[in-house]
Amino acid sequence: ELKEEFTRILTANNPHAPQNIVRYSFKKRAYKPISYVDQMAIHFSLNGNMILKDSDEGRRQKIRLSTAVGRLIHLLFLLSEKASVETSAVTSEEAEIKDEESTGDTQAAGEEETEESGTAEVAEAAEAEEPPPPRVKEQKLANQFNFIERASGTLNNPMRERACQSEPIPCKNFSATAYQWEIYDAYVEELQKIERSKEKEKSKAQIAKREEEKKKGRKLTSVESQSDDITKISKAAKIMERMVNQNTFDDIAQDFKYFEDASDEYRDQQGTLLPLWKFQYDKTKRLAVTAISWNPKYKDLFAVGYGSYDFMKQGQGMLLLYTMKNPSFPEYVFSSESGIMCLDFHYDHPYLVAVGFYDGNVAIYNLKKATSQPSYKSSAKSGKHTEPVWQVKWQKDDMDNNLNFFSVSSDGRIVSWTLAKNELVHTDVIKLSVEGTTMQGPEGLQLQTLGCGTSFDFHKKIDYLFLVGTEEGKIYKCSKCYSSQFLDVFEAHHMAVDSVSWNPYHLKVFISCSSDWTVKIWDHTVKTPMFIYDLNSAVGDVAWSPYSSTVFAAVTTDGKAHVFDLSINKNEALCTQLVVAKKKNKITHIQFNPVYPIVIIGDERGHVTSLKLSPNLRRMPKEKKGQEVKKGPEVEIAKLDKLLNLVREPESKA
Amino acid sequence: AEVEETLKRIQAHRGVVATMVVNAEGIPIRTTLDNSTTVQYAGLLHQLTMKARSTVRDIDPQNDLTFLRIRSKKHEIMVAPDKEYLLIVIQNPCE
Repeated sequence: ELKEEFTRILTANNPHAPQNIVRYSFKKRAYKPISYVDQMAIHFSLNGNMILKDSDEGRRQKIRLSTAVGRLIHLLFLLSEKASVETSAVTSEEAEIKDEESTGDTQAAGEEETEESGTAEVAEAAEAEEPPPPRVKEQKLANQFNFIERASGTLNNPMRERACQSEPIPCKNFSATAYQWEIYDAYVEELQKIERSKEKEKSKAQIAKREEEKKKGRKLTSVESQSDDITKISKAAKIMERMVNQNTFDDIAQDFKYFEDASDEYRDQQGTLLPLWKFQYDKTKRLAVTAISWNPKYKDLFAVGYGSYDFMKQGQGMLLLYTMKNPSFPEYVFSSESGIMCLDFHYDHPYLVAVGFYDGNVAIYNLKKATSQPSYKSSAKSGKHTEPVWQVKWQKDDMDNNLNFFSVSSDGRIVSWTLAKNELVHTDVIKLSVEGTTMQGPEGLQLQTLGCGTSFDFHKKIDYLFLVGTEEGKIYKCSKCYSSQFLDVFEAHHMAVDSVSWNPYHLKVFISCSSDWTVKIWDHTVKTPMFIYDLNSAVGDVAWSPYSSTVFAAVTTDGKAHVFDLSINKNEALCTQLVVAKKKNKITHIQFNPVYPIVIIGDERGHVTSLKLSPNLRRMPKEKKGQEVKKGPEVEIAKLDKLLNLVREPESKA
Repeated sequence: AEVEETLKRIQAHRGVVATMVVNAEGIPIRTTLDNSTTVQYAGLLHQLTMKARSTVRDIDPQNDLTFLRIRSKKHEIMVAPDKEYLLIVIQNPCE
C-alpha cells in the first residue's frame, strides 16, 4: 500500500470556490444546482483613476488644470518676495472652496459670495490687487464625493417679555422677644380659658335668664370701664401715696424701723418714748379720740373712734382707720350721727368693726363694703342702751356660727348682741344691780338701782369669766352663765373705773385704772390689790404690753404717759413722759401695737400720736450663762408669779 | 372719684414737683407739667419700666414689678406701674 500512487493533477480550479451551488428556481419551485460555478479568484484589485483623454470628463479636467496652473504662475510672478507657502495654501484653499461650493443653480449667489470673499481674501493676502479672471461657472455635481449641506431655518419671532404683577400686600414689621415670662403668661391664660370653659359647661345647666343677666351685667361694666379710665389706677395711686409719704417722713420711718436709743444704757433703768408719726384729720379736729384699737390681721392698721366725752357738747362721731404706712390720710373714713365711744375688731374677721355710740346704739361696720354707713345698726326697737355704750367686745361665734359681741353701758345692762340673719338681736346678759340699794317704789315695787358699767374685759382663757368696772368704783367679777348674781365684787376705786384689763399671760392678774388718780393691779382671788400706783392725775387708760407680763402703760389727763415694768422697778414708772401739750390737751387712750414696739396715744384734740418704746422699756429677762433661754407665756407667768409672791407673803404674814 | 382725690393729695404733698399718668403705649393722659417735658418723661420712663419689669419677670415669671424708684441728685422719680397705666411722681425729698 505504500507504493500506491497518488495522482496529483494541476488544474485551473479555484480551490476556494464552492463546488455545488444551489439556486432556488421560482419556475420549478425547487432548488436547482447551477451547472457552472465561477472559478475565478481575485487576488488583488485596485480602482484606477485614469480617465480617457478624449472623453468628456477628460477634456473638462484639462481645461481646469490649465487655468489653475496659469493663475498660479501669474501670482507667483507677482509675489516672488512673499512666502509662497501661505499664498499657495490660500489659493489651494480657495480652489477647494470653489470646488466644493460651486454647484447648482441655487448656489449661484453663494458662488459669487465665495468668489468675492475669495477675492477679498486674496486681495487681503496679496496686498496688490489684480482681479482674477472671471471664472467659468461650472455645475457642481452632488454625489458622495461632493458633499453639500443644505439647511433651512424658520424665522424666529423676536422675543417680547410680558409680565403681570399684583399689588404687594402691605407689610408690617413685627418684632417681639420671647422672654420666659411671656411664655408663662401664655400658659396661665390658657389655664384660665380652660377653667372658664369648664365653668361654663357646669353653668349651662342653669336657667338661661341668669346668663342673660350676666351678659347685661358684663356690658354695663365694660361701658363703665371705658369711660372711667382713672379708677383703674387706684391701686397704683395708693402705693404711690404711701411712697411719697415715706419720702417726706423718711427720717421718721427710719427711726421707726431702726432707731434704738443708745443713751438708754446710761440712763440706769429709765426709758423714753420717741415720738414718731402724728395722725390727724381735718374733720376730727373738734372731736376727741374715744377709742383706739389695732387690727388683728394687718399690724400696721389701726382704728380710731371719735366722739366727745363732754356731756354738753355732743356732736357727730367718726371712725377712721389709719395705717402707719400713710400718716397723712386715713384709709377709711366713716361718719355717724352720734359720737363713737368704743370700738373693737373681730379677731377672725378683721374687716368687721363693732362700735358703740354715745346715744346707746351699737353698730357693725364692714370694711369690705364701700359704703360709709354701718352694715348693721341697733335701734330703739331692737334694744339699744339708754345710756352711752362704754365698751364693746367681740366674742367667739355662738353655736349657730353667728357673730356676737357684748356691750356695757351706763344704764347698767350688759347686753349680748347676735348677728342672726342680717339683724342684730340682743340678749340681756346681766344687770348690774347695786347691792343694798333696793328702793321702795310706788305700789310696793322693789326697784333696784343699777350700777353704771364703764368698762369690761373678758378672760383670755376662761370663756365665761369677765370683769366689769362701774362708775361707783367697784369691779364685779361675773360669769356669762349667771345673769343676776356676781361671782365677786372688788371695792376697787373711789371714782369711776375707766378701764379694766386682764393680764395677757398670767391667768389671775388684772389691772384697773380710775379717775381717782390710781392704777391698781389685782389677783382675782384676793380682795385687795397687789400693787397700787398713784399717778397725780386722773388716769384715762391703762394697757398691758403684749410682749411682757410685767410691762404696762398708763396715760393721765395731764398729758403724760407712764410706762411701768414690774420686774425691774415695782414702785416707780420707768418712763414718765409728756406726750401732748399740757394745758390744752388731755390724753384719752393708749394701745400697744401687738408686733412693733410702738404705742399709739389718742388725745382730746383728735390727734393720734405714735411713739416708739426705747429698749429699756422692752427688756426681756436676762438669761444666765449656760442656761437655755426659755421663751413663751410660761416664762412670763412665772415672772409675774415671783413678783406677786413677794407682795403676798408680807401681807399674809400681816 | 376717690382716686382723683388721692391724686390731688399726692400733688399737694410736701416736696412733690409733678404728677403724671401715662397709658400703656407711653402716651400721657394726665399731667401737671408742660407738654414737652411730659412727653419726654413719659417715653423714657415707659421704656425703663418695661425693661425693669421684663428683668424681674425673667428671673421668676410668677413675680411682677410693683414699684420703681430712681433717686437722683436733684429729686426722686417714683413710678408705680399698673396693668395698663403708669403713675409717675417726681418729688423733692426734703432734706
